[in-house]
Amino acid sequence: MNLNEIIVNSITQSTIQVFSTMLGVDIQCGDAAVQSGMPEATEGVVSFIGVAGSWAGTGSVSCSPALACRICAQMLMCEAAAVNEEVLDTVAELTNMIIGSVKTELEQHLGPLGLSIPTVVYGRNFKTKSAGSAEWIVMQFQWDGEALVVKLCLEPKQQAAHVMFHTSTTDSCTLEV
Amino acid sequence: MESNVLVVDDSAAIRKILQRVLRQTGMAIHTIHEAGDGQEALGVLGAQKVDLVLSDINMPKMDGLELLASIKASPEWRQIPVVMITTEGGETKVSEAVKLGAAGYVRKPFTADQIKEKLAGILEPALPL
Repeated sequence: MNLNEIIVNSITQSTIQVFSTMLGVDIQCGDAAVQSGMPEATEGVVSFIGVAGSWAGTGSVSCSPALACRICAQMLMCEAAAVNEEVLDTVAELTNMIIGSVKTELEQHLGPLGLSIPTVVYGRNFKTKSAGSAEWIVMQFQWDGEALVVKLCLEPKQQAAHVMFHTSTTDSCTLEV
Repeated sequence: MESNVLVVDDSAAIRKILQRVLRQTGMAIHTIHEAGDGQEALGVLGAQKVDLVLSDINMPKMDGLELLASIKASPEWRQIPVVMITTEGGETKVSEAVKLGAAGYVRKPFTADQIKEKLAGILEPALPL
């Protein structure tokens, strides 16, 4: 099994387990793909977490605002009608648990790895791009017709960058992850 | 005797979940205090009587391992059991926590039963009504 296959298996298991344990939900696993180059403009909630060690990169979880609210409501057993601080915090923690479990699995193959504190972005018409040249492994999951996307890019440390550039159509800023 | 618990996690979502789970464990818990990082936790420990600390490891300002070391270095607090609740499944940080004197650890994601099992023997069960 090569590293990409290990990552795909690990993301699948981690995401299913986190949803099952923390939300009591059976999430459906969809396609896995490798993505490179500038991504399409997106909108919704995107959470990033940095991975560091002999290999380094970034993990990401993204979904629509509606799904983010639903995840928050299910996980915290509360009402969440709109994206607020509690919803963003929940998506950040979800990212921490999913990518944290993947990290633990990958440590068996890549040695000790560390995780950063997650960063969450919510908005419309924005693009995210890794400053490194790595390809992203992209996995789609479905919960009642809503898509949740989990991504991971990882490469040997010499090639990795730890900064994401968050750009909109009018301005840009550096987003540390 | 009812115990006071301090939950330390930078995620308000996890603190809220732990509040709910702790109330469901059937343990004799009086008050659950919260802190968002290690520094804030030390402030709570200085102001409140705490019988158990549940702490995340990966936090800003002061992480869970630094908090654990501070608690175990204090003559006043060193007897307080500290259970780490963390995504860190690797040996490095968990081993470090055990060496520093952690009473145990629970990996995220966790179930209510896992929390209950870990706290059995640390907290007393609630008296039947």
